Amino acid sequence: MIGLLAASVLVLLVSMPAGAQPPPSPASEDAVHEVAAQLRCVVCQSLSVADSPSEMASQMRGIIRERLAAGERPPDVIQYFVDRYGEWILLAPRRSGFNLLVWLFPLAAVVAGLAVVAILVRRWTRRRRDAAPVSVDPAMRARIRREMERGT
Amino acid sequence: MSRLWRWLIPLATVPVLALLAYGFRANPRDIPSPLLGRPAPGFTLATLDGAPLALEAHRGKIVVVNFWASWCYPACYEEAPALERSWRAYRDRGVVVVGVDIQDKREAAEKFVRDFGLTFPTGQDLKGTVSVDYGVYGVPETFFLDRQGRIRVKHVGAVTADLFRETVDRLLAESVTP
Repeated sequence: MIGLLAASVLVLLVSMPAGAQPPPSPASEDAVHEVAAQLRCVVCQSLSVADSPSEMASQMRGIIRERLAAGERPPDVIQYFVDRYGEWILLAPRRSGFNLLVWLFPLAAVVAGLAVVAILVRRWTRRRRDAAPVSVDPAMRARIRREMERGT
Repeated sequence: MSRLWRWLIPLATVPVLALLAYGFRANPRDIPSPLLGRPAPGFTLATLDGAPLALEAHRGKIVVVNFWASWCYPACYEEAPALERSWRAYRDRGVVVVGVDIQDKREAAEKFVRDFGLTFPTGQDLKGTVSVDYGVYGVPETFFLDRQGRIRVKHVGAVTADLFRETVDRLLAESVTP
């Protein structure tokens, strides 16, 4: 039994190509694009590495493609760029630490704005309710009615 | 209530003004490199003459890695003579200048080297891997490496003879083992 097992293992080993590791598969363009879209093109204004036609961005896409093909996961590839360029290279700041302010501040501003609107609306409606009815003298009232009926 | 508001509204502008004051005083070109103080990434390129150019071969020396391109006018044209003069002045003192030509055509790069009579080793970074390893944004950028092979200074823009001398003298003055 053990002999049979050993033989089958041997056959398996022999039938496998040299080097048991599978050959690196080419990275799909979708995967390259997904990583490139998160990185800032360093020679452009507000463009991602995926969108820029510059040579620098094209070389960066090449590096992303090679690293993915070599088996690196997308977060590792992104970290490779962050280690060299700093978090500046990320188009969207990471949601941690000080950066959280960037994500939370707009929310806080919206809440504060809604609160101010609510307070003002309440104050305005209250004032109108409290306001004394406007007294108009009968002569004026008659004149308004006349002009209304006459039309423009 | 209304007295509080009268103070609160102008006070609210203070943090905004402080942020603007900070933002406008900072130099936007001065992006800190995370590589400062870290070991310089190694590389092996072929020089324009075809000889191998390995950073490791210069370990123990002060290495000035200069990223340039022939299309980078005028900054690269300004610094090339200063780099060549500085390299000649310091080459016998354990200092080496290494040029890395990026995003360039071979003929144009060869003409640049010929026109300026550059004698320090220069290689072409054809795939951009060395540029990205050094976090290069554009040209010219220059990295000063100490004897331990750590990146100590990153300079963006043309290198002047004065800047070269000051930086390299400071690194030379450091004892071999800090």
